[in-house]
Amino acid sequence: MDVILMVVYAGIVMNLLLGGVTFAILFERKVIGYMQLRPGPNRHGPWGLLQTIADVTKLLMKEDIIPNEADKKIFVLAPVLAFAPAFAVFAVLPFTENLSGADLNIGILYILGVSSITMLGVLMGGWSSNNKYSLLGSIRGIAQMVSYEIPLVLSVLGIIVLVGSLNLRDIVGYQESIGIWFIIPQFLAFIVYFISSIAELNRSPFDLPEAESELVSGYHTEYSGFRFAFFMLAEYTYAIAISALATILFFGGWLGPAFLPGIIWFLLKMAAFMFGWYWLRATLPRARVDHLMNFGWKVLIPLALLNIVITSIIKVWMGG
Amino acid sequence: MSELKTETMTLNMGPQHPSTHGVFRLKLEVDGEHIVNAEPVMGYLHRGTEKLAENFLYTQFIPYTDRLDYMNAMTNNYIYCSAIEELLEWEIPERAEYLRVITMELNRIASHLVWWGTYLLDIGAMSPFLYAFRDRETILDRLNEISGARMTFTYHRIGGVKWDAPDGWLAKVQETVKELHENIQEFHTLVTGNEIFQARTIGVGILSKEKVINWGLSGPIARGSGVNIDLRKTAPYCIYDRFDFDIPTEKEGDVYARYKVRVAEMFQSLRIIEQACEQIPEGEIITKKGKRIMMIKPPAGEVYRRVEASKGEIGVYAVSNGTNKPYRIKLRRPSFVNVSILQDLLKGESIQNLVAIFGSLDVVLGEVDA
Repeated sequence: MDVILMVVYAGIVMNLLLGGVTFAILFERKVIGYMQLRPGPNRHGPWGLLQTIADVTKLLMKEDIIPNEADKKIFVLAPVLAFAPAFAVFAVLPFTENLSGADLNIGILYILGVSSITMLGVLMGGWSSNNKYSLLGSIRGIAQMVSYEIPLVLSVLGIIVLVGSLNLRDIVGYQESIGIWFIIPQFLAFIVYFISSIAELNRSPFDLPEAESELVSGYHTEYSGFRFAFFMLAEYTYAIAISALATILFFGGWLGPAFLPGIIWFLLKMAAFMFGWYWLRATLPRARVDHLMNFGWKVLIPLALLNIVITSIIKVWMGG
Repeated sequence: MSELKTETMTLNMGPQHPSTHGVFRLKLEVDGEHIVNAEPVMGYLHRGTEKLAENFLYTQFIPYTDRLDYMNAMTNNYIYCSAIEELLEWEIPERAEYLRVITMELNRIASHLVWWGTYLLDIGAMSPFLYAFRDRETILDRLNEISGARMTFTYHRIGGVKWDAPDGWLAKVQETVKELHENIQEFHTLVTGNEIFQARTIGVGILSKEKVINWGLSGPIARGSGVNIDLRKTAPYCIYDRFDFDIPTEKEGDVYARYKVRVAEMFQSLRIIEQACEQIPEGEIITKKGKRIMMIKPPAGEVYRRVEASKGEIGVYAVSNGTNKPYRIKLRRPSFVNVSILQDLLKGESIQNLVAIFGSLDVVLGEVDA
């Protein structure tokens, strides 16, 4: 019985997620469009609502090309491996008090652990394509994701110290009990989390692995049709997961004035967080590899460590 | 432990690559992302322009000059026409000269705008591209109104220009100038002060003054390295000596300096257009003889003429044997000369710097390959 329930839950989340990704992409394109003096997609459906669906349909109907020289097994496996962990993250995310996946004691640990598998997909995709641009892209990608994983994890530690639990529900509960969202007491951590999440997701201005003007879109250059769609799907699923996590950690999850239901608050906060990314993408040029690495190791990690120290001191001082 | 064995990898960048702005090929030898050796390969867009000229009437060659540097076709029209006019020893009507200056400077701004937009696209910022093209569009509208074409104008003719300015066109241009003043100022707030942009451009791709002179580079590249050469000032042609404008130069010689020179140049061009619109007299727009194109027969002789295009110094060497077809046309294309520095500049840079450096040279492949 439990197994059936689990499968049903996964199926529902999967479908909702696909819908979410569809509109996240549309949202991004609209936001960037308006910032760039153009209307964005507006041909398919009212306000371009069906644009992404049309795109996906197109990708599905494309010929599936595997380059002759590619390492076929790995080439086929890579997009799946990129997508699966990003999706698996949703197993533990609580969306509202009543609506959530598994109530895991080590929720954060699970999320951070599982999500780092995503980079394997990037590595395998770049390596097996047997394309020099893809190889360079995936090398960049791995270096970047490994480096930025660390500040991302460290920035979360401050919250764990305050709450004293790895459970996501406890974290939201704690924010309810102190009556303030963590974005204020943990502002430094939020900045670190925000910046490293951009790098972790390979988004502009840290979109080096996919740099179109340099590497001709990097590790997925050789992918076409549905395999390419899978990489895109993985990217946006992961983006939604990271912003959902940010909502839980820093914006108090489903908490909000009672005139709207919790899930709406949750989605609104997620959208606001993602808007920040889109905004940056519309404004900033791409950073350089060496600057990116320097910034990650010499600025973000020390900042995150500093945040942990300060948080611990405050916690002890407050008689934690 | 035995030493780790590494070897370099050959990477073909182009002829189809988004950052080569056309069909340009770079044979790179890379060690990771580090460039050991770079060899530019050109010629994919070769059309035999110079040879074609020998089979055409003098006027018939003008459309081919449009297709050299298609971003800056007005100046190309001008340099060819003025070279032939010098052979013919014709006087050009005053109004025609003013119209030439206005269209050339408008086109120069449009060319720099395209560079500005695509350069930032190379660097990885998408929005500036669309902002630049918004402003370029208004300029192209103005040029379209006077010449009937958006990019391939063939507006300048031997002896003058083809069309007079339509009613109210000059007032419209003045309005456009005002609009551009504000919009280009916006570029500074959007990009120039940006930390990431500065980090990627300051100190990158440094060209010394000596190198610029030795390689014969010209245009904003030379001026970005402190070589104060702009033919509009140093060897005034057309009627440029009547206008009050400055030549922006920077000493650093890096990518950022070239960027600053080009943006400053747009403002100077706006100044020239403003003055030209006020001073322009009424009168003829083409000499009587210029209208009879079959009869354009320069006396036997040769001439070399050079002017300042948006990419650098463009020159035409024309030889006439007294018939109505040129005996030989030789073009000095600034992009071709400027791109030659690439093999020297790229050694030891990374792939990301390559894009920043190559973009900063502002080459147009139509002009490199002719």
